[in-house]
Amino acid sequence: MSTDAATAAETPPAKDGEQKPESFLRFFVQNLWSANTVTVTVLSIVLALVIGAVLIVVSDETVLKTFSYFTARPSDAIDGSWHLIASAYADLFKGAVFDPAAFQAWFNGTGTWQAAFNPISETLTYAAPLVFTGLSVALAFRGGLFNIGGQGQAVIGCILSAVVGFSFGLPIVLNLIVALIAGALGGAAWGFIPGFLKARAGAHEVIITIMLNYTATLFLSWLILQKGVQDPNRSDAISKTIKSTAELPSMPAPLRVHLGIVLAVLATAGVAWLINRSSFGFELRAVGLNPPAARTAGMSVGRTYMLLMVVAGALAGLGGATQVLGTADKLTAQVAGNIGFDGLLVALLGRNRPWGTLFAAILYGGLRAGDNLMQSDLSISAELVSVIQALIVVFIAAPALVKAIFQLRAARSDRLGASLAKGW
Amino acid sequence: MSGVSTATVQDRTEVVAAREPFWIRQRRLGAGVTVIGLIAALVFGPLAESKTARFTLSEDATGAALKINGQLGTILFGVLAIAVGVVMLTGRFRRRYNVLLVLGITAFVVSFLCWQVAGKFLPLVATARGSLELALPLILGALAGVLGERSGVVNVGIEAQFLTGAFCAALVGTLATSVWAGVLGAMAGGVLIASLLAVLAIRFLVDQVVVGVVLNLFAAGITGFLYERLMQPNSQKFNQPPRLTDWKIPGLSDIPLVGPVLFHTNVLVWFALVLVFVIHFALKRTRWGLRTRAVGEHPVAADTVGIRVRGLRYLNVLLGGVIAGAGGSYFTLIASDSFNKGMTGGLGYIALAALIFGRWTPLGALGAALFFGFTQELANYFSVVGSPVPNQFLNMLPYLATIVAVAGLVGRVRAPAADGVPYVKS
Repeated sequence: MSTDAATAAETPPAKDGEQKPESFLRFFVQNLWSANTVTVTVLSIVLALVIGAVLIVVSDETVLKTFSYFTARPSDAIDGSWHLIASAYADLFKGAVFDPAAFQAWFNGTGTWQAAFNPISETLTYAAPLVFTGLSVALAFRGGLFNIGGQGQAVIGCILSAVVGFSFGLPIVLNLIVALIAGALGGAAWGFIPGFLKARAGAHEVIITIMLNYTATLFLSWLILQKGVQDPNRSDAISKTIKSTAELPSMPAPLRVHLGIVLAVLATAGVAWLINRSSFGFELRAVGLNPPAARTAGMSVGRTYMLLMVVAGALAGLGGATQVLGTADKLTAQVAGNIGFDGLLVALLGRNRPWGTLFAAILYGGLRAGDNLMQSDLSISAELVSVIQALIVVFIAAPALVKAIFQLRAARSDRLGASLAKGW
Repeated sequence: MSGVSTATVQDRTEVVAAREPFWIRQRRLGAGVTVIGLIAALVFGPLAESKTARFTLSEDATGAALKINGQLGTILFGVLAIAVGVVMLTGRFRRRYNVLLVLGITAFVVSFLCWQVAGKFLPLVATARGSLELALPLILGALAGVLGERSGVVNVGIEAQFLTGAFCAALVGTLATSVWAGVLGAMAGGVLIASLLAVLAIRFLVDQVVVGVVLNLFAAGITGFLYERLMQPNSQKFNQPPRLTDWKIPGLSDIPLVGPVLFHTNVLVWFALVLVFVIHFALKRTRWGLRTRAVGEHPVAADTVGIRVRGLRYLNVLLGGVIAGAGGSYFTLIASDSFNKGMTGGLGYIALAALIFGRWTPLGALGAALFFGFTQELANYFSVVGSPVPNQFLNMLPYLATIVAVAGLVGRVRAPAADGVPYVKS
């Protein structure tokens, strides 16, 4: 968890600072403008938003026209661009965090409390599956494996939890638990394949997981057309709806936020414990840092890889299950959306730490929730958010770039350069 | 624990090095071929209808045709596959076991086709043309990968280069109302992504697989964004590129079978085929090729003898961008007549699979791309004629084949030694 680590580094001097204010201030300012984790993360987000703003302006024809007479009357172009950018990002914020107007309406009695809390609810709804897929990638990263297969594992998780959800007639609670476990098992099985091949044949997990992603997607598109899975009342590719007993319980009607986000926080705590406190976590970190050394120390590297991919796959499968049991309710070809690949971005932004991943997922969920409003209000394509999300991670992954752009000082503890560069 | 056990195994093999293990690769492959042959003869055979299967030597149902009873053909070629498998199991013809392997797999494929085509017809020329055309982007994408990866830069971003190339081809082609401008625009689009990849991977030492994946998401986002903002509201102005038409070489295109496939097609196909041989030759025989391979296998040694490692890597990744970008123009100038969001549909990843399946060589990539193109063409054909085999499973074949190859079941797949490792001059 990057934020805590950074603040922890700054806390001891803060105590000194009460006695010697100048030295603390100097220390603080010096560290603020150095390439530490927090500064680079914040600046990466700022940079991505700036590039997003440029994209908004250059793709708007009316504003672009004002630039044609920029030298004659620059105020038109500047005002127009500023207004467009400000309203776009204001919409993003209103759609993701809170809308003052909705709160005002609630206090005046003209609106409902649901409307006031809807943005937060949407953010958490989008964030829940991302937490799971992000944790999956982050956990594998810590063990030295790059799990691009989160998408495929999530798809298999979707399939199994949905099939259990609409075919088993178990009582309430039990049905949900069985469906969740089925999703996790499906993901685990899909994660086992690359883990096993890595351990036994030395096959690179990136290649295998990429191939398994598409295999899973194709399997899903075949399965939803089969008898017993396809909705008998529909002719298009859509499955039966899951039974209400298998749904994740959610807030009252207009709000969509469901139990998934609570499970996601629990999973984060679990993964944090697994990595930092369990003996398996110690093994996986050792293997991730230096496989030959871990082998010399008596650990079975192959076994660790297999177990690691199984756990990572189970997490991604749970992400898929959350998607189906929480919001989607049925299988479609696109049911898993892009949660696997977004989970990859989330893990990179969270620097492969469990709690960092959780916050990154909530940020990305917020961006997704906000872009709905931006699209309906200003008809700015929701793809803008995809661009911003990818750009944030480009800058996070290349701290040297951010450092060069902002002329940051070198950080005191250089933990940023640690990328995972290794070949096939 | 495992360390100890592997040590003993190694010791033992050193002692009894003279005795060869029974399950050498040829026998393992032979067992595989026998099994698929048995499946063909015993499963496909009874399922096949006892009707005539016609393989016409033209683009439609007319003309001369190879005819065989469907059921008979299915069983016959299944038995042939079994025979080849048994020969491989006996351990004879060791030098030529690759030929035997190809023969066995071909027999299996033909057996499968006899089963599917029984009572219908399969136009061979049309199938070959379709396979080649579908393989076109895969060939170009895989070649781009060959250039980058042989010099040590992993390129997972082929999908991004395809998508950007397709977008730029549509945009530039429409604005300039020229198909050639479109192709050039596609190349520029590919170079744009390649330069991002190169700078981030070579200059900023970011993990190359991470860069590739993130670039794919970035390209999907930005082309989707510009599509919705520019092209969708005003497709007349921005999204109606001219098509790249097929050219017919007089004389040569009249050669039966080969003529219509190779000499009545679009110019990009020729470009791709020529490029395969040019790169194959250049990698083996030229100074650039030797240096590229040196940089990809052992950059430190290459640097010691005065080769500019990073410079060469930049050059090769950018050249790859040109080629993959041109591959992207296939989507908007040949396969369809306009750009659409996410229209490459993961073909960039299949190109990556072709690169790996083809063992990082141009000719291997060509073969893999043709094979993958053939499976896609078959999938299309089966979905038209209504086959019991779901086309999703045929579409899975490239991915499954790559998994099998990488898992070491079919030969050994080895990447260039320094592939994906950034070079830091110390």
